[in-house]
Amino acid sequence: MSTQAVALKKYALEDFTPGREFELGPYPVSADEIIEFASEFDPQPMHLDEEAGKASILGGLSASGWHICAMMMRMLIDGYILDSTSQGAPGVEYCNWKRPVLAGDTLHGKSTVLSSRSLKSRPGIGAVEFSHELFNQRGELVCTSANTGFFASRDKGERK
Amino acid sequence: MSALDMFEIGKRVEIGSHTFTADAIVAYAQKYDPQPFHVDEEAARNSMFGGLCASGWHTTAVWMKKNLEYGEMRDAELKAQGKTPPVMGPSPGLSNLKWLRPVYANDTIRFFNTVTSARQRQNNPEWGIVELFSEGYNQNGDKVVEFDNAVLVRM
Repeated sequence: MSTQAVALKKYALEDFTPGREFELGPYPVSADEIIEFASEFDPQPMHLDEEAGKASILGGLSASGWHICAMMMRMLIDGYILDSTSQGAPGVEYCNWKRPVLAGDTLHGKSTVLSSRSLKSRPGIGAVEFSHELFNQRGELVCTSANTGFFASRDKGERK
Repeated sequence: MSALDMFEIGKRVEIGSHTFTADAIVAYAQKYDPQPFHVDEEAARNSMFGGLCASGWHTTAVWMKKNLEYGEMRDAELKAQGKTPPVMGPSPGLSNLKWLRPVYANDTIRFFNTVTSARQRQNNPEWGIVELFSEGYNQNGDKVVEFDNAVLVRM
């Protein structure tokens, strides 16, 4: 990432200090979006049909877990990733679907920086470890996750 | 016969393959992960990935699609043998997800599942839990993704 490109971004590696929190959402979850996602990737009855959802142990038309991950990603994108020096992510330590996400729910949450370190193998790049929590409109925890992302450094060692 | 007996521990099965088109990569990413290397061919060429590549969550969503298709085939075979297919429930989540290599436009990924454990739930004996290790490989045989996941099965 060029120095100019880095300068245009609000958040570089140095800004992800341990303990820093980023607000996520709100993200309103519509029935149409639940059905559209599930039709393509996870066409199980409880993700496609209100009645089938009510009859399932999820209790209503509910988002696919993979859709919850997608919505979480979108909230991270809008929360800080798109205005950062993100260089992609090597993976996700865990993602737990704690409660159903039902049509009409509105999700919000927060990301917390757990740790940050420079990569010896990739000068100018660092790894930032985050935890994420998503809640519904009643404040109930619906999803917890932790992952590591790569970010370009602002300083690249040229200045401090 | 327990519902869990249908899950053979340690057996690796190919559940299906999928070709990621540029259009599908961009369509997914525009909705959920619009980073330049997932939505813009030109920007992707200049990124560290060197080409348009799928959101990691797109790759795992396609795994789910293949996982369900495989489940339908397995159920049809069980029925043909006069057996009752398992009733699957929701999943509690995933862990140790690694996006090992980019999935580029026009890559074809073969997905595999290995059952790592199958047991009755202690706190809710009406349900069992089956744990899986899942992997995806591209057309060059390079592993692009792996993760642990689990699903509930009605006892």
